[in-house]
Amino acid sequence: MRKSSAPYLFLTPALVLFAAFLAAPIGYAGYLSLRRVKVSGLGLGAGARSEVWAGLSNYGRSLTDPEFVPSVLRVGAYGLIVVPCMLGLALVLALLLDAGRTRVGTFTRTAIFLPYAVPAVIASLLWGFLYLPRVSPIVDVLSGVGITAPDALSSGWVLYAVANIAIWGGTGFNMIVLYTALRAIPTDLFEAARIDGASDIQIALRIKIPVIGPSLVMTFLFSLIATLQVFAEPMTLRPLSNTISTTWTPLMKVYRDAFVRNDIYSAAATSVIIAAATFVISYGFLKIVGSRAFSQEN
Amino acid sequence: MKRTFAGVLAAALILTATACSSDDGDDSAGQADPNEKVALTYWSWAPNMDKVVQGWNAAHPNIQVTVNKQDGGDPAVAKLLTAIKAGSGAPDVMQAEYQKIPTLVAADAVADIAKEAGDLKAKFPESAWNSVTLGGEAVYGVPQDSGPMMFFYRSDVFDKAGVAVPKTWDEYAAAARKIHQANPKQYLGTFSSNDPGWFAGLSQQAGASWWGVQGESWTVAVNDAATKKVADYWGGLVQEGVIDNKPMYTPEWNAALNDGTQVGWLGAVWGPGVLEGNAASTKGKWKTALLPNWDAAAPANGNWGGSATSVTSQSKHKAQAAEFVKWLNTDPAAIKALAGTANVYPAANDATSVALTEPPAFFSNQTDFYALAAEAGKITKPFTYGPNVNVAYSSYNDAFGKAAESKKAAQFGAALDTIQQATVGDLKNAGFTVAS
Repeated sequence: MRKSSAPYLFLTPALVLFAAFLAAPIGYAGYLSLRRVKVSGLGLGAGARSEVWAGLSNYGRSLTDPEFVPSVLRVGAYGLIVVPCMLGLALVLALLLDAGRTRVGTFTRTAIFLPYAVPAVIASLLWGFLYLPRVSPIVDVLSGVGITAPDALSSGWVLYAVANIAIWGGTGFNMIVLYTALRAIPTDLFEAARIDGASDIQIALRIKIPVIGPSLVMTFLFSLIATLQVFAEPMTLRPLSNTISTTWTPLMKVYRDAFVRNDIYSAAATSVIIAAATFVISYGFLKIVGSRAFSQEN
Repeated sequence: MKRTFAGVLAAALILTATACSSDDGDDSAGQADPNEKVALTYWSWAPNMDKVVQGWNAAHPNIQVTVNKQDGGDPAVAKLLTAIKAGSGAPDVMQAEYQKIPTLVAADAVADIAKEAGDLKAKFPESAWNSVTLGGEAVYGVPQDSGPMMFFYRSDVFDKAGVAVPKTWDEYAAAARKIHQANPKQYLGTFSSNDPGWFAGLSQQAGASWWGVQGESWTVAVNDAATKKVADYWGGLVQEGVIDNKPMYTPEWNAALNDGTQVGWLGAVWGPGVLEGNAASTKGKWKTALLPNWDAAAPANGNWGGSATSVTSQSKHKAQAAEFVKWLNTDPAAIKALAGTANVYPAANDATSVALTEPPAFFSNQTDFYALAAEAGKITKPFTYGPNVNVAYSSYNDAFGKAAESKKAAQFGAALDTIQQATVGDLKNAGFTVAS
């Protein structure tokens, strides 16, 4: 065997898997997004429909769909609620656990992490029961003490109701990531700070948070991508309310087009748009903060 | 991007994997050789269908049918259409909801079995037969079960409030007011933005037919006068607040049926099973009646649910498959098994005499249950479904979701225009000829 072929040989399994399970499907989705079905006349019987070249018309239809822009804005608003709340909560909890470093910590940590292990669909069903006034124990308790709870699935509240499920499910995971990063900080840093007279809050703000910067960037990126992909929670809650439409988020539109309307072509086009947007946003974010956040590691 | 691509990837894999083996014969109508051993597959989601089919398998050693249980009408159609696109993987026989048949015909997924099945027209109600022929000469399946709409109500609540069973929609509205006034927590019904099939049935009763064929083009009439009348009626009741605006089939609705805050339901003949599952503690308090009417002198009805058994275009044994389909839906023993074992309401006209002699358990006190059901089926108006029912129905979810949430009567009529636009736009965009 010639020396130069060895690396390729070792790469082959990875390349084959990559090509078969990632590149080919993406390429096929891209191909489908440029095709469409053309029907003639009544469209009944054999030969009445054929697949034809569509150019960029599927993309045009996706972007000009009156439901598409509102769904993007909705996901934007959803992200503005979820990402700061979830990461803020995760950071505070991680700092508290780290500051304590007690035995109670293990139990608390597990308890906070546990919701992450509940699948999103189950979590949504569970919260759905808690939201619906007639079956909700929360509403019962509140009305028992004289408070009329708002209908969580009404148009004014539904965005928060969905965001709440994501925050409930995601905080634990982010907390663990940040907590692990905090544990890796050498303790002599804190000792030096204490000798200089720094309080716990000062230590947290001036030492801990800057040092775990890269972890914060990473959790932010994960949360951002998860936000763009929000699907399971609104999809599960949809049949329970009048306020969540079949195109509530961009991914729900992809699902509806592909599996309800049997139009895989425009679904493919919307998928490509979402993929491109996710890439641009993630890459752009890393470009902006990346050099700053990772510079400390060098 | 994990999840986005996962879906696309799965679809792409199925398509590419099956595209390689797509040399199935399409000249398969061939003559049935009585000695040829044939194995047929049958996709159905009706419970215990395998037990019904045992009756056929025992009597037909040469044509053995295997039931492949499906999750429901929608996923089964999605799977079938994928298999048709791939060129292989479809079953021989398929349960298909009536409203899906034009979609399946348009995708060339089901076969015309007019020749193989023979003349069955007289055995079924006109509305059901119309659904499998699309009003033409071709036969795209044999009606299996039907869902004539019926009105279920809590007779104890009616008696207490001094309300008579409504015969007309005016009386229904008056009853709704009276019941809600007597107890503000109680509603006679709800307007459900989740159930386009339910609203289609109510519109069908009023004389609507949302699609139609005119020469070589489709007509779409979701916002015709009859449907507008129905939408305005319900919008008025919701705005007034005497009818609830929450969707059906939610944990909340189930609880409301059970705790007596929903005291009526415009359901269909399969309703007793739903009530039994959701409102077990109210057993014995419900009664059933025909749907209220727009014109008491000319009673009419609509259909909610029901399906046919079709032979797919990929079947290599169309003659045998058609023979099985015919047996399943017309043979007295099979009809009896459909009603008793698979718990469906058979579409065949003689179902009431051969199979449905006892009322359903939840309505054991109502001995005329199936007589009423037969009457309800007989007065069901014809209704034509089009090739993009899925588009109209998902548009219904969104448009009426908004309208119901707003509680404004004007929004209900506007929702119909939205659905009409979406439906016509989709047909035109795909290239169908649409008459304007």
